[in-house]
Amino acid sequence: MRPYLPFPFLLCLVVGVQLLTQWTDTAYYLTQLTMAAYYALLVIGLCLLMGYAGQISLGHAGFFGIGGYISAALTTHNLAGVDNSLIRLLERLGLLAASTDMFGDPLLTVHPWAAAAIAILTAVLVAWLIGGPVLKLTGHYLAMATLGFGIIIYRIALATPFFGEADGISEVPPLPLLPGLAISGDFSARVTNYYIAWGLLALGLLLLVNLIHSRIGLALRAIHGSEEAAASVGVDTAKAKLKTFVLSAAYAAAAGIFLTHYNGGIGPSEAGIMKSVRYVAIVAVGGMASLWGALLMAVLLNFLSLRGLFGTYDDAVFGLILIAIMLFAPDGVLRLGIAARLRAWRQAHASR
Amino acid sequence: MTLELCIQYLLAGITYGSIYAIVAIGFNIIYNTTGIINFAQGEFVMLGAMTAISLQNWLPLPLAVAGAVAVTMLVGALVEICFIRWLDRPSVLRMIIITIGVSILLREAALHIWGDGVYALPYFTGNEVSSISVLGATISPQILWVIGTCAVIVITLNLFFKLTPVGQEMRACAANRTAAILCGIDTRNMVTLSFMLAAGIGALAGCVVSPITSSQYDGGTGLAIKGFTVAVLGGLGNSAAAVFAGLLLGIIEAFSVSVMPLAFQDAIAIAILLVILFVRPYGLFGDREAARLQEF
Repeated sequence: MRPYLPFPFLLCLVVGVQLLTQWTDTAYYLTQLTMAAYYALLVIGLCLLMGYAGQISLGHAGFFGIGGYISAALTTHNLAGVDNSLIRLLERLGLLAASTDMFGDPLLTVHPWAAAAIAILTAVLVAWLIGGPVLKLTGHYLAMATLGFGIIIYRIALATPFFGEADGISEVPPLPLLPGLAISGDFSARVTNYYIAWGLLALGLLLLVNLIHSRIGLALRAIHGSEEAAASVGVDTAKAKLKTFVLSAAYAAAAGIFLTHYNGGIGPSEAGIMKSVRYVAIVAVGGMASLWGALLMAVLLNFLSLRGLFGTYDDAVFGLILIAIMLFAPDGVLRLGIAARLRAWRQAHASR
Repeated sequence: MTLELCIQYLLAGITYGSIYAIVAIGFNIIYNTTGIINFAQGEFVMLGAMTAISLQNWLPLPLAVAGAVAVTMLVGALVEICFIRWLDRPSVLRMIIITIGVSILLREAALHIWGDGVYALPYFTGNEVSSISVLGATISPQILWVIGTCAVIVITLNLFFKLTPVGQEMRACAANRTAAILCGIDTRNMVTLSFMLAAGIGALAGCVVSPITSSQYDGGTGLAIKGFTVAVLGGLGNSAAAVFAGLLLGIIEAFSVSVMPLAFQDAIAIAILLVILFVRPYGLFGDREAARLQEF
């Protein structure tokens, strides 16, 4: 039961914050908290990869971009008037959604759910294809290869007219979840969307908590400790790393899809390198192998950043956090290892 | 494709290639003495060019360039002293994250000092329209400046490492750090020196290429990726191979313009990097056995 203990606290906190904003008439905070929750979804996926499997990825904004851009492009690209067998097949399968735009002209787009499924599948496929060779690398090479992957995705988003080039894509429709329940940035649905976001985040977290307390989680930690040792006791290290990479890519893509529908659009900066670096920074601050730490820091730092607290120094703040954490507390701020340090200090002095 | 066009592309490729080679040599100098890949190497190039652009408001061009190199070397030394020097056997992951953090800080500092405008140094000789003809191709004299400066840098560095006592101490430090310490070499100072050297040659390269490519606060990242590609292509730590690999990448990129949209030019370098990392991670000239013993 122990790993699930924090969940009731999370529930209380989420409800508590919502009630607090209602009483203090500051409901506008919920918008940033919703967005922060979606970013946190990506961060906990990356935390699994970095903290538990020990593989750095400087390309996760790329997967976020794949998810967000594909679902945005498919749900906004007007297919009305296009007539070929593929479109007709999609229509017969019920994967297209017809509506009218604000001028009353017919609008035929891919249904948000179909688009989301395609987006996730693409991200998974890409992760699986590049994961094979990339995860054979370690250290600097792994960092550079994932960074390179992120830049390629960014360049593609920036140079493809289908993805809106430098302007990105706007007017993305809501993503319906249940009847009457949809992920949208609609003003009237702010509280609902806050709960949707945190519900999705809690669900994602639950899956990961289950995973790391299973045999797979043990195998991952063994890989982090020593790949050779893990392999020697029968862990298929390459397979385990690849699965983790694909899973964390799927989390990133899902975060991209949800946030794009919530914001109603996406721009190339969401797929940029700075975003990837920022996610790595957050995982590092959270303590690398700590899902709850990553969650807490992701929500806190993204919330502050989205509120504009850091102003024009936004990126600089994250750079500084990154350096400070790595210099002074490589195990994260949540456990500075005070007890362990005290013990080491005592031992050092006792032996003299 | 006519012969003239071919030569035109070739010369453009050599120009960019020599800049990549210099960045790659910067990577190698630091990698050899510390085992660190300095992700902020591209920022040194940007910083050198931007400083020179500011300085030439008050100083004649040669002095501005010299000043920019000195300032960037100082920054390089400060980076090493503040962030690297006092770490005790840091892990590779830690060093990667720290140098990435440094690159962000330098870039953001540049953004707040110079804004996001695009600047350029004036042409060293002549101006934008002056040209010389080489085998039928028309090129700017600045291209000769770039190629010449890079050649001088490579030769001078070679002589420095071979002939001067300090250069030899740095090589000793690269070959075997423990043995170097036992011989009484202050390896910590050698590391600081390697950061200064890498920053200095990066800044000089940034200055000579600035009239052609222009400079902006975020120009370092792309250069760092390409420099790293070149360093890996040649085999990490091997500076002579880096020159060859740099020219190779530059020429491939230049000719790719004729078949691909310009926007994907960066993607080509990165695709080459990925292929090399997957197929020959020890580089074109590297040794598979030796690479196995190294920690990347």
